[in-house]
Amino acid sequence: MTEGGQKDVVPEPKPPEQAAVDQSPENAPATLEPEVHAVGERQGMFGVTGSGDTSGYGGLVQPIVFPGPAQRPFDGWHEEVAAALDTAMAGGGVEHAIENVVIDRGEITFHVRRQDLAQMAKLLRDDPALRFEFCSGVSGVHYPQDAGRELHAVYHLLSMTFNRRIRVEVSCPDDDPHIPSIVATYPTNDWHERETFDMFGIVFDGHPALTRILMPDDWPGHPQRKDYPLGGIPVEYKGGAIPPPDQRRSYN
Amino acid sequence: MSTTEQDLYAGANETTEGRVFTVTGQDWDQIAQGIAEEADERVVVNMGPQHPSTHGVLRLILELEGETVTEARCGIGYLHTGIEKNMEYRSWVQGVTFCTRMDYLAPFYNEATYVLGVERLLGIEDDIPEKAQVMRVLLMELNRISSHLVCIATGGMEIGALTVMTIGFRERELVLDLFELITGLRMNHAFIRPGGVAQDLPPGALDEIRAFIALMKKRLPEYAALCNANPIFKGRLEGVGHLELDGCLALGISGPPLRAAGYPWDLRKTQPYSGYEDYDFEVQTWDTADSYGRFRVRLSEMWESLKIVEQAANRLAGLEAAPVMVEDKKIAWPSQLAIGSDGMGNSLDHIRHIMGESMEALIHHFKLVTEGFRVPAGQAYVPIESPRGELGAHVVSDGGTRPFRAHFRDPSFTNLQATSVMSEGGMVADVIVAIASIDPVMGGVDR
Repeated sequence: MTEGGQKDVVPEPKPPEQAAVDQSPENAPATLEPEVHAVGERQGMFGVTGSGDTSGYGGLVQPIVFPGPAQRPFDGWHEEVAAALDTAMAGGGVEHAIENVVIDRGEITFHVRRQDLAQMAKLLRDDPALRFEFCSGVSGVHYPQDAGRELHAVYHLLSMTFNRRIRVEVSCPDDDPHIPSIVATYPTNDWHERETFDMFGIVFDGHPALTRILMPDDWPGHPQRKDYPLGGIPVEYKGGAIPPPDQRRSYN
Repeated sequence: MSTTEQDLYAGANETTEGRVFTVTGQDWDQIAQGIAEEADERVVVNMGPQHPSTHGVLRLILELEGETVTEARCGIGYLHTGIEKNMEYRSWVQGVTFCTRMDYLAPFYNEATYVLGVERLLGIEDDIPEKAQVMRVLLMELNRISSHLVCIATGGMEIGALTVMTIGFRERELVLDLFELITGLRMNHAFIRPGGVAQDLPPGALDEIRAFIALMKKRLPEYAALCNANPIFKGRLEGVGHLELDGCLALGISGPPLRAAGYPWDLRKTQPYSGYEDYDFEVQTWDTADSYGRFRVRLSEMWESLKIVEQAANRLAGLEAAPVMVEDKKIAWPSQLAIGSDGMGNSLDHIRHIMGESMEALIHHFKLVTEGFRVPAGQAYVPIESPRGELGAHVVSDGGTRPFRAHFRDPSFTNLQATSVMSEGGMVADVIVAIASIDPVMGGVDR
């Protein structure tokens, strides 16, 4: 109310020029467009259910989507690498080795069929147009919700000749955790594959001596897997026990 | 050997694998006698995991023919603390506190590679303020000096050159004093945060840095004078731990061993990050591919680092009171600290601001500290040139407030694989020199 009791002159509200959803697309519910790759869903906001959470956020369900495949032609040197790789694959008899290619945040990822990995590693290292002579090792990732492709092995390759870096990603299901070893091509992966076996239980077929490397030899389980029980040491304080970190109430 | 004169500490017992001696340094007579009784000279020696010359808890299994090493294997994992797993249950910012503890001689590099990965995932790589970038470079290069000093110092100690050790640690202490002044801690700083660095430079820091540069310019030549042409030092290092370029590439060896093989590969030059393209420095190489070459590469690199520190200090002089954290209040961690009457704590100005002046600032503070920020789903790998070679963090986000996976490609881990090829066929005393020339830090190897 303004002073003097005068009536405010409120301008007539203009109708929005377009639908509200179009004005603010970030408010629209996430849709599974083909350019993203869903690997599961996130429930609630605090990592617990049935706790009497009355905030309403407990019922929140959001898909977990990763960047999806890129379309040819790619930009810049990515296209050069992809084209050289196509030629090399045709020559090596593994035309269908690549499942898809993801370009995200300037990094290119080749998702490779696991049965073709050993051959692909050879091509990537030896082809004169590719020359990825340096492998930065393998990193395992466990996506328990990505049915049929739970375990991923991620290789970072570097071409010092062309100063390029690519990522090669291979997946295998939890019930058949086998991926071919590429130690014959990149001897540096000897310890890296042992570490990934130790931590994720991925069996690298053809590795010269696949044993545990960081954990004790008789350790049960593979600690970096998402389903590895964290246990937790029962610390009691005035009758209340502290649950292990994966069962605590926390933001997720 | 009669079991009646069994030594309590250095005893022998029969196993299916042969006779096993436990050596703790007390009595070698039994072992010498026992070996004399055996027909062949082949002995398997288990060295470590607790041994003064193995750079921490590294276990070596050496098969010897006389004094010649026929097989060398490493046993690692004694320092595995599950840092990568722990990071999955902490927020993105808290991850810095964990990963800084991996390679404890180069903590800023662990922080930097992780933070660069997180920043790429967040898409804020271009928004990092200039001052934060320069401070990162300054701290990283000071850290390279301190790390190389420890490498040279402990390497000298392991071959009996104790003076190299004492002067190395003398200078390293000065660098750690600078770290303490700037970050508050000598190690495990957790100072480089997603979006920038935790704190601005304290008053007087630039003067201290300049004084350090001046002092180091006098003292670095001491190493050259003491070691470079020292016949004993050269006699122990030259030709030892030989690994040519093709061997380096096959084994994924990076850092000083690669450059000592003559290949000028340095990520600061080839794939610059944090604004390294703006600094004037040279990539140092050597052509002997042996331990002596690696020593000379490290010595020269300290000079280059000093040059970069000097340039960074000059740039910082013109950046007084510039921001050191990204502007986005949904990412910038509220780490405004100040010295109060009861020690260091939250800055009273900051508390006044959030409690009395700005509801929005209070909300940001609360949300960041309790929930943290969300990072869009995806993966990133931004390697950097650590004192030991290519250090990279493969960070994967599922769109949540915590890392879905953070894997560190630690150069110590990878380079340590060269132990066998560097020491087999050589003398047992040279194993120590070869490993010292790799400069493995077990905190980084085992993580």
